[in-house]
Amino acid sequence: MSGSTSDWPLWEVFVRAKRGVSHVHAGTVHAPDAELALQNARDLFTRRSEGVSLWVVKSTDITASDPDDRDAFFDPAADKSFRHPTDFDLPDEVANM
Amino acid sequence: MGSTDDHLVTYVLRQGDRALILAQRLLEEITHAPEIEEDMALSNLALDLIGQARGLYTYAGELEGPDDDGNARTEDHYAYWREQHEFLNPLLVEQPNDDFAHVIGRQFLHDAMALPYWQAMMSSGDDTLAALAGKTVKETAYHLRHSRSWVVRLGDGTDESHRRMQTAIDHLWRYTGELFERDEVDDSLVDAGVAADADAVRDEWRRTVDAALTEATLTVPDDGVMQSGGRHGRHTEPFSYLIGEMQVLARAHPGASW
Repeated sequence: MSGSTSDWPLWEVFVRAKRGVSHVHAGTVHAPDAELALQNARDLFTRRSEGVSLWVVKSTDITASDPDDRDAFFDPAADKSFRHPTDFDLPDEVANM
Repeated sequence: MGSTDDHLVTYVLRQGDRALILAQRLLEEITHAPEIEEDMALSNLALDLIGQARGLYTYAGELEGPDDDGNARTEDHYAYWREQHEFLNPLLVEQPNDDFAHVIGRQFLHDAMALPYWQAMMSSGDDTLAALAGKTVKETAYHLRHSRSWVVRLGDGTDESHRRMQTAIDHLWRYTGELFERDEVDDSLVDAGVAADADAVRDEWRRTVDAALTEATLTVPDDGVMQSGGRHGRHTEPFSYLIGEMQVLARAHPGASW
């Protein structure tokens, strides 16, 4: 049984650490299908109680921005400080903002 | 011999040996699984099983009390210092890894029994066993999910994976009868409200196996002649190699620690 990695697609793994916060990208696993990708992600990324919820997404299903487009995509936001809600005071009770 | 306490020791060791020997077989597979992710998955199953065995061996040691030299019997005593005929695991879990389909088939046929077994043991009249069952049920539910997933994927996969999975199930089927055997140990402990009823566990096992094999497009084998003896200390030939490898380090360096 010599495994060949190319046979199994790559899956992106997202872990939610606790209720109320977002899923965060944690890494990737190889798996033959979604169910086993979920199980492999469980074994690799939540074995020390890191999560309460898991998502897996086939890596090929993710459309990513091109690093070469970085200036056009992101620089125009740099000088628009009025978009930041800096004049609002955040109450202490609000966590995870 | 023959007292309820002796029966309980035998009963507890049968469960502990079942977990430990299956774990040892799984650990032999590490670095041989199709992918490193599956190496991780199988070693996680093995770690759960070793944890179960430790709890059961510790309990057996408490039940047995000190040996003739006054030393308490520890979990290491049961794992490393007993002889082959003193191990009481069913033959299924000592069957060799042959190929990945055999690893998965063995695991699935075991897990499909272990889940209803431990579910029933949660209401055991023995408080220690009931407490161990509460922890073990969650682990076993995951084990079954994993092994069942693979049975379905291999069975309903390529022509070769289907053929190998069917071959493994056909080969391992002869060892499944022993999982539900009853002798005076089981009967006395069922009567005492300690042990799970093997017939009820077998019904649940059969439903799980039929459903999974059907989904996997595999054929459920006919019940032919069943092999047994492991629960009474009579093992198959490959078992001597397994136990030799498992015990060699502890016996070569008694008392060694990390």
